[in-house]
Amino acid sequence: MTQPYPVLGLLTLAAAMLATPALAQEKVLRIAMTAADIPRTLGQPDQGFEGNRFTGIPMYDALTHWDLSKADAPSVLIPGLALSWAVDAKDKTKWVFKLRPDVKFHDGSAFSADAVVWNVRKVLDKDAPQFDASQVGVTASRMPTLRSARKIDDLTVELVTSEPDAFLPLNLTNLFMASPAHWQKKFDATAASLPAADRARAAWTAFAADASGSGPFRMTRFVARERLELAPNKAYWDPKRTPKIDKLVLLPMPEANARTAALLSGQVDWIEAPAPDAAGAIQARGFKVYFNQQPHVWPWQLSFAEGSPWLDKRVRQAANLCVDRTGLLKLLGGMMAVPKGTVPPGHPWWGNPKFDIRYDPEAAKKLMAEAGFSAAKPVKVKVQISASGSGQMQPLPMNEFVQQSLKGCFFDVQFDVIEWNTLFTNWRKGAKDPSANGANAINVSFAAMDPFFAMVRFVSTKTFPPVSNNWGYFGNAEIDKLVADARNAFDDKARDAALAKLHARIVEEAPFVWIAHDVGPRAIAAKVKGVVQPRSWFIDLAPLTIE
Amino acid sequence: MLAYLLRRIGYALPIMVGVALVCFSLVHLAPGDPLVSILPPDASAELAAQLKTLYGFDRSYPEQFVAWSWRALHGDLGQSIASGRPVAPEVLTAVGNTLRLALLATLIGFAAGGLFGFVAGYFQRSWPDRLASLLGVLGVSVPHYWLGMVMVIVFSALLGWLPATGAGPDGAGNWAWDWAHFQYLVLPALTMSVIPMGIIARTLRALVAEILAQEFIVGLKAKGLTDLGIFCHVVKNAAPTALAVMGLQLGYLLGGSILIETVFSWPGTGFLLNSAIFQRDLPLLQGTILVLALFFVVLNLLVDVLQTLLDPRIARR
Repeated sequence: MTQPYPVLGLLTLAAAMLATPALAQEKVLRIAMTAADIPRTLGQPDQGFEGNRFTGIPMYDALTHWDLSKADAPSVLIPGLALSWAVDAKDKTKWVFKLRPDVKFHDGSAFSADAVVWNVRKVLDKDAPQFDASQVGVTASRMPTLRSARKIDDLTVELVTSEPDAFLPLNLTNLFMASPAHWQKKFDATAASLPAADRARAAWTAFAADASGSGPFRMTRFVARERLELAPNKAYWDPKRTPKIDKLVLLPMPEANARTAALLSGQVDWIEAPAPDAAGAIQARGFKVYFNQQPHVWPWQLSFAEGSPWLDKRVRQAANLCVDRTGLLKLLGGMMAVPKGTVPPGHPWWGNPKFDIRYDPEAAKKLMAEAGFSAAKPVKVKVQISASGSGQMQPLPMNEFVQQSLKGCFFDVQFDVIEWNTLFTNWRKGAKDPSANGANAINVSFAAMDPFFAMVRFVSTKTFPPVSNNWGYFGNAEIDKLVADARNAFDDKARDAALAKLHARIVEEAPFVWIAHDVGPRAIAAKVKGVVQPRSWFIDLAPLTIE
Repeated sequence: MLAYLLRRIGYALPIMVGVALVCFSLVHLAPGDPLVSILPPDASAELAAQLKTLYGFDRSYPEQFVAWSWRALHGDLGQSIASGRPVAPEVLTAVGNTLRLALLATLIGFAAGGLFGFVAGYFQRSWPDRLASLLGVLGVSVPHYWLGMVMVIVFSALLGWLPATGAGPDGAGNWAWDWAHFQYLVLPALTMSVIPMGIIARTLRALVAEILAQEFIVGLKAKGLTDLGIFCHVVKNAAPTALAVMGLQLGYLLGGSILIETVFSWPGTGFLLNSAIFQRDLPLLQGTILVLALFFVVLNLLVDVLQTLLDPRIARR
C-alpha cells in the first residue's frame, strides 16, 4: 500500500503556501500603552484618560463624542449615539436626546432608549440590579449634575439634572453605552444562591472579559495584565469609522525605556510617551513622532489661604512673567506647548485676556518691587510636587527649572516632594489641610477637555475642598456669576462666549502659574497611515490603515 | 528528627499569623487613599464616603483584619479594587509566571555562581580567582534593572536577536517550551540571575578557601585521596552554608523582582506588586504580599530541614 505520508506532506505544504500569503497580509496594529494593566473593558475605563483612549472610544460609543478628525482645530462636540439634543425651554433641568436608529451592540442586540436608561442607572441608581460601585467614581464625578434618565420612546430619552447645567452634553462623552442584553446573560449565568450585589459584581467581571459595546472595535481576546485584542466591528454605524485594519493589540508597558525598546525591536508598531531622550534615535530609525497641543495643563495651583504669599496679584502675575518657557521647551526636547492660559488663543473659550502670559523678567521684577520684594528680600514659596506620576511629564527637572527661572525675579522656591498618589489625595484635601505641609502651591497636571474640568472646579466657591479640586480656595462672587452664566447658557455659541469671559478673567487673576501644556507624544511606525493626532487627550484608532 | 520537624512546623504557624498581621498593617499604614484607582481627584466628598462604605473601608482596622483573615483562610483574598477581578487567581497566575522566570534565573545564577565561587576558591590569588571574583563583584554591584535595559538595547533594539518585552508571542497564558516562547525568557532570566550569581560566587569563594585551609584537607591529601575525592569533601562541607544562602536567594527570586518584571513587562508577582502599589489597590497588595511571605516561610522551613539532613552536626534544641 502506498504510504500516505508523502502525499499528506505535499498537501500540508501546499496548504501552508496558500495560507502564508493570507497570514502575511493580516494587518495587525500593536500598541504599547503606558498603563500597567489593561484599562477596564466593561464600559467605564480606569487608568485615567488613557483608559478612555484605548478601551473606551474604540469599543464603545457615548451619546456625544469628541471630534477627533482634525489636527489643526480644537476638538469639539459632535453627535454620537444621539443625533440631537435640546434642553426643555420651560424646565432647564430636563434634556431630550434623539437617538441614532439601527445601531447594534457587538452581541447583536439593539441600542435604544432602554439601553441609555440602563447605563445611566448602572452608576446612579444603587437599587438597579446592574449598579456597579466600581464604575461610579470614574463616571459620576465627570457628570456631577446628572440625576436620572427616562425613556420617552424607543429612540428618545430624557435626562434630568439636579440644576440647570449647559455642560451636560460635554460630560456625556464620558458615559459609554454597554450592552444591557449581554450583561444580563452574564448575570443569569451566575449562581442564583449568591446575594444580588455579588451576582452583579460577578456579572460585570464576566462582562469585562467578554465585553459588548457598539464601538468600531469588538473584543476578541482578553488576557488580564498582558494583552487585549480587538477586531473590527464590520457592522459599525459610521462607515467612515469602520476599521480597515484586521486586528488591534493593546499591550501594557509602564516603563518608558521598555516601550521604546519594544518599538525599536519591531515588537510593537506604536508606543505612547516614548522615552524623551530617545526621540532622536526613534526618528533616525524611520519611526514618526506625533505630538500636538493637548488640553493638558501643567501648572502650579496657588493657595489663597490666609498668609499665602500668592494673595498679592502682582506676585502671581510676576511668577507668570518670570518662567522661561522657551528654555523649558528646549529642556524637554520640544515636547511641550507654551501656554498662554488654560486654553490656547483661537480656542472657543479663549476670551482675549488682558494679561499676556509671556517671559518678561523685567516686567516681573517691576511687579515684585511694587509688591515690596527684592533680591535681598525674596518671597518664600513652597510647592508640593511629585517625583513622577501619570500626566506629570518630568516633574523633577521641570520644577527645578522653574525654581531657577523664578530665582531671578526674587522668588525663593522650596519643594515638598511626595509620592504621586499621595499628592493626588492631598489635592482633594486642600491648601488648609495639614497634608499640604505648609505648601502654598501644588503641582498637579489636569485635563482641560470640558468646562468643569478645565476651569469651574478650580475657581468656584462651590468647589472648595473637599467638594472638588479648588485646592487653593480661589473664588469670589464675580467668578461665581461667570460660572453660573456659562452653566445657564444653553446655546452652544452663548455657552462658549460665557466660558470665554470666564477664562479671560481667570487668566487675569492668575490663580495658577501656567508653566507648560503637554503635547501627548507618541512614536509610530511609518507603515501606519491615516494617523491624525487631534488637540485632544484622545485619538481615533478606527480610520488607521497599515501598508 | 520527627520531633524537630514537628517543632519547626509548630513555629511556622505563629510566624504565618504574624506575617498576615504585618502584611495587613503595613499596607494600611502607607498614606494615600485606597480608592484612588476608582475615585478621580475631582470626585466629591460625598461620593468618596459612599464608596468607602461600599468597599468596607469605613470599618475599624481590627474588623477589617478579622474579615480579611477569615476570607483568606478559605482561599478568598478578596477582589481587586482597580480591576474588579478576584485576587487569588491573579496572584496564583502571577506566581506561576514568576516561577518560570525564577527557576531559569536560579539555574543560571546558581550554576554560574557555583562555578565562579569554586574556581575562585580553588585558584586563590591567581588570574582565574581575580576574574571570577570580578564577575562576582559586578554581579552584586551593577544595578540589575540598568543591566536589563542595556541588554534590551543591545540584544533587542540594536541586534534584533531577542524580544524586548513580554512573556511570549501570545502572552504568558499559552506557554510552550519551544524557542518561540523561550526567547522571551532569556534576557529577563539572565538579568535576574546576576545578583544571586554574585552573592553565591562570593560566598562560595570564601567558604571554599576556608575549607581548603583546614587541617583535615591536609590529612586527606596525606592519605592519598584524589583531587576529585577532596573536591567532594569540600562540596559536602560547604553545602549547608551554601544551601542557606541559595535558599534565601531562591526565596527572593520567587518573590519576583518589581524592577526586572516592569522593565520586561513580565506578568509575574513583581509586575503585579508594582501595579498594586501605584494604584493603591489594597486587596491586591495584601493578597500578593501574603502569598509571597507565606511562600518564603515554607521555603525557609524546607531549607532548615534539608540542612539538618545534610549536616547531622547541626543540633536544634
